Amino acid sequence: MTFIMDVLEILEKNARTPTDEIAKMVGRSVEEVEDLIKQLEEERVIHKYKTMIDWEKVDREYVYALIEININLSEGEGYDGVAKRIAKFPEVRSVRLVSGAYDLSVVVREKTLKDVAYFVADRIATIEAVQRTVTHFSLKMYKEDGEIVYQRDEGGRLAVSL
Amino acid sequence: MKPISKRMEPIPASGIRKFFDLILSTPDVISLGVGEPDFVTPPHISDAGIKAIEEGYTSYTSNWGLIELRELISEALKHEYGVDYDPHGEILVTSGVSEALDILMRVLLDPGDEVIVIEPTYVSYKPCIRFAYGEPVVVPTESSNEFKPTVEDIEVKITDKTKALVLGYPNNPTGAIMAKKELEAIANLVNEYDLYVISDEIYSKLTYNGKHTCFSSLNGMQERTILLNGFSKSHAMTGWRIGYACGNREIIEAMMKVHQYTMLCAPVQSQLAACEALRNGEESCKKMVDEYNRRRRLMVAGLEEAGLECFNPRGAFYTFPSIKKSGLSSTVFAQRLFDEKKVAVVPGNIFGECGEGFVRCAYAVSPEDIVEAMNRIKEFMEELGV
Repeated sequence: MTFIMDVLEILEKNARTPTDEIAKMVGRSVEEVEDLIKQLEEERVIHKYKTMIDWEKVDREYVYALIEININLSEGEGYDGVAKRIAKFPEVRSVRLVSGAYDLSVVVREKTLKDVAYFVADRIATIEAVQRTVTHFSLKMYKEDGEIVYQRDEGGRLAVSL
Repeated sequence: MKPISKRMEPIPASGIRKFFDLILSTPDVISLGVGEPDFVTPPHISDAGIKAIEEGYTSYTSNWGLIELRELISEALKHEYGVDYDPHGEILVTSGVSEALDILMRVLLDPGDEVIVIEPTYVSYKPCIRFAYGEPVVVPTESSNEFKPTVEDIEVKITDKTKALVLGYPNNPTGAIMAKKELEAIANLVNEYDLYVISDEIYSKLTYNGKHTCFSSLNGMQERTILLNGFSKSHAMTGWRIGYACGNREIIEAMMKVHQYTMLCAPVQSQLAACEALRNGEESCKKMVDEYNRRRRLMVAGLEEAGLECFNPRGAFYTFPSIKKSGLSSTVFAQRLFDEKKVAVVPGNIFGECGEGFVRCAYAVSPEDIVEAMNRIKEFMEELGV
């Protein structure tokens, strides 16, 4: 089990870690690691390998919005149906069923504020079972998927100490 | 001007300092010369320290340290190593193991008393012995035995002046650990010759693929052992300066006397942060240890590929590869590796003569840096043509 956990933890931190490096880190052969990764991919334990990109650095601005959605269950579609329907839109980055004052928490990414507004008005609010939406525009991102994305000072460790 | 104390004379002026200063002032060096974690203190522990300051914990504490912390230390030692220390009188909270080491030597030694030190050794032991007017007696060890001393190695150095033996396992600089059996053999010797053991176990949590044996847990050893430990390595708290000493009442009481007139107490914020580390720090500690373990394997494999022989270190966060194949001395190897490849390592000879022909490489650095450093060392070896 630690073998599997080790490999997953390494890949979660850096999906591009070369297999031979992983093999060294976990003390197994390259073949064993390759076989395991293949198996984990097949079993969909590893869903996908993705890249975190700072689009602003290449002058592509995106607008992110968190949308709270309340669902009217009497429309008969149920949470699952609405969630899956919303998840199909490529503009939608994440969909979660949540507890609390609203039902679905949806993150949308668009090029402009207007695009987000139109998307919510035209695509989401029009779904029969959607009773109410509240849109929060994201102003600044600090951490995403466990990675801190702001510049920070990590203190000054000496390069040499005994 | 009158000369300063002669006591300072045998303390090496540390020519190595210049080399280190050069490393410190050179940007873009991959440094494997570090002697501390590269993690920052886990946030829940830092927050406990911040909260302490905000709530007005800004004064002295009991000279012994907060009773709350001593009780937690006592519980942790019982739980982890099966040793039983009374928080009232057998545990002293200090400003790191370094302070504990200093005051311990001062209360233990009379002028001329001999203390056995195993080399390669952590750099502070010998100076601290000398500051306390004692005489360090060196036991050299060999890489063929993973730099571990045998009972015979130690026994031949024992004289009627021998008072104590210093053990530091898991070891800085070699990464060696001692198995329970090996420690038991030493314990018999300690009994036979009526010695004290100063057991610096600061790296105890950083033991890989096995369990750490606390020296005072061995039969009859609690009375003879002064156990030194702390939070610097296990919880990435080097800058907090917080550690402790445990031992029999007479010694700890005496240490407390020196401590109360010199340090007074360890910083209260650090003591409260240490309480949090003991209460809730298990998981963050384990995460770091798992990560070090991966890096350890990565570095050992990398050194092998670079053509440097290295025994498998099972503790701390150091490897101690042989560089004899390069044909260079440790100092020249380190200097040239730094000049030519911008990789900093620590020459092994500064940890004792028998460390000549070796270098210390810390793996408390990112995996990316380890891979890059190993590639550069490999290049360096290839360019040497050996």
